[in-house]
Amino acid sequence: MAEHQKTAAEAGYLLCHCCRLLSRPLPGSVRPRCPRCGAVLHRRKPNSLARTWALTLTAYILYIPANLLPVMTVTMSGRGEPDTILSGVKELIVGGMWPLALLVFFASIVVPVLKLLVMTFLLLSVQFGSSWRPWERTVLYRLTESIGRWSMIDIFVITILVAVVELGALATIEAGAGAVAFGGVVVVTMFAAMSFDPRLIWDRMASKDGEVSSHPGPEAGYWMQQ
Amino acid sequence: MGSGTSEYAVAEYALVACHDCDLLFRKPRLQPGQKARCPRCGAVLFQRKRSRMDQPLALACTSLVLFILANAYPLLRMNIAGRVQEGSLLTGIEELYSQGYWEISVLVFVVTLLAPLAKMLCLFYVLLPLWLFGRRAPKAERVFRWMEQLSPWAMTEVFMLGILVAVVKLADLAVLSPGLALYSFAGLMVSMAAGDAVLDDHEIWERLEAAGG
Repeated sequence: MAEHQKTAAEAGYLLCHCCRLLSRPLPGSVRPRCPRCGAVLHRRKPNSLARTWALTLTAYILYIPANLLPVMTVTMSGRGEPDTILSGVKELIVGGMWPLALLVFFASIVVPVLKLLVMTFLLLSVQFGSSWRPWERTVLYRLTESIGRWSMIDIFVITILVAVVELGALATIEAGAGAVAFGGVVVVTMFAAMSFDPRLIWDRMASKDGEVSSHPGPEAGYWMQQ
Repeated sequence: MGSGTSEYAVAEYALVACHDCDLLFRKPRLQPGQKARCPRCGAVLFQRKRSRMDQPLALACTSLVLFILANAYPLLRMNIAGRVQEGSLLTGIEELYSQGYWEISVLVFVVTLLAPLAKMLCLFYVLLPLWLFGRRAPKAERVFRWMEQLSPWAMTEVFMLGILVAVVKLADLAVLSPGLALYSFAGLMVSMAAGDAVLDDHEIWERLEAAGG
C-alpha cells in the first residue's frame, strides 16, 4: 500500500460544506450543487482569504470604539456613570466577585483579542505558504470558530439591565455606542471565522511529500473511538 | 427542477473527505456510539450516536414549551426603595430599540429569539414526517440545511450566562427576585444543548435521502 493518500480536491471530488456528502461535478457545470441538500458546492470556500482579511480588519477597526466608548450609562438619582467593557470587569473585581469577573474578563476581553490575533496569524501563515505545524493550526482554527459566540455575554447583560432598570429619575440604565461596536466585533469575527477555509492550511502540505504519503491505505486511515 | 437539474453533481457514497483538511477516505462503518477521526488533522469525520429520532423530537417539544414560558413571563423583579419593576427579554429588546440602539436590539432579537425558535421549528418540520410516516416533507433537505446554518447564531446558553452576570451586577443595587422566565431559560439551555447532543445529523441526512417525498 504505497499509494499516495489523495485529497478530495486532487481526486476531483467536492465536499458539501453542509451535509458533507462527497460528489463529483458533471463536466462543464458552472455552479454545481450538492445532490443531497442542494447547497452550492465549492472546491474551497470562495475568496476565502480576501473575505477573511476584510472581515478581520473590520473587526480590528471596530475593536477600538468597542473598548473606548461606554457600553452603558448607569444613572442613579441624577448622577450618570458611563461604563466601558473594562470598567465593568473592574467593578466586578472591586465587588469581590472573582469568578464572575474572570468569566467576563475572559469572554469580553481575552476571547475577542485572541480571536483577532489567531485569525491574523492563520491568514498570514496561509498567505506565506507556511508548512509549520498544520495540525496545531487546524486545532487553533476549530477552537476560534467555536468560542467566538461566548463574547456576546456583555451584550446580553446590557439587554437585561436595560430591561429591568428604568425607574425614571430614581435609576435608569441606558445602552451606549460602545455596545454597538462591541456587538459588531463579535458578529464580524464570527463571520471571519466562518469564511476562513482550514483546508487552505493543508493545501500547502500536499505538494510536499512525506507526512501525507506515509499513511497507509484509506481503509486504515481513520482512528476509531468508542 | 427544470433547467437547474444539470447543475447537480453526482454523489459518491463510497468515499468521504475530511472537512478540515480535505483528505480522502473510504467511508467508515461505525457502530452506534463510535466516532471516526481524521488521522491528519484530528477532525471528527463521522459520529454515530446511540439515539433514535424520537429523542431529539421530544427535547425539541420541551424546548418549545420552555421557550414560550421564557418569553411570556418576567425574567427578574426588582425592588428599589419600594418601587417594583419587572423586566423580560422582550422589554430589553424594546427598550434598546427605543433608546436608539436598533443595531443591538436586532442582534439580540435574532440570536436569542429568532434563531432558537427557527431552529426548533425547522427540526419539527424535518423530523416529524420522517418519524411518523417515514416520509420526507416538501423541501425538507433545504429546511434541514437552513437549520444547520442557523445553529451558531442560536445563543441561548450564552444568554443564560448573561442573566447570571446581570443578576450579580444588580444584586447590590436593589432587592431582586427571580421570575418564572429565569427558570425557564435555565431549562431551555439544558434542553437545547441536550437536543444538539442527541441529534445525529448524519443519520438524518441519510434517512432524508432514503425516504420518499
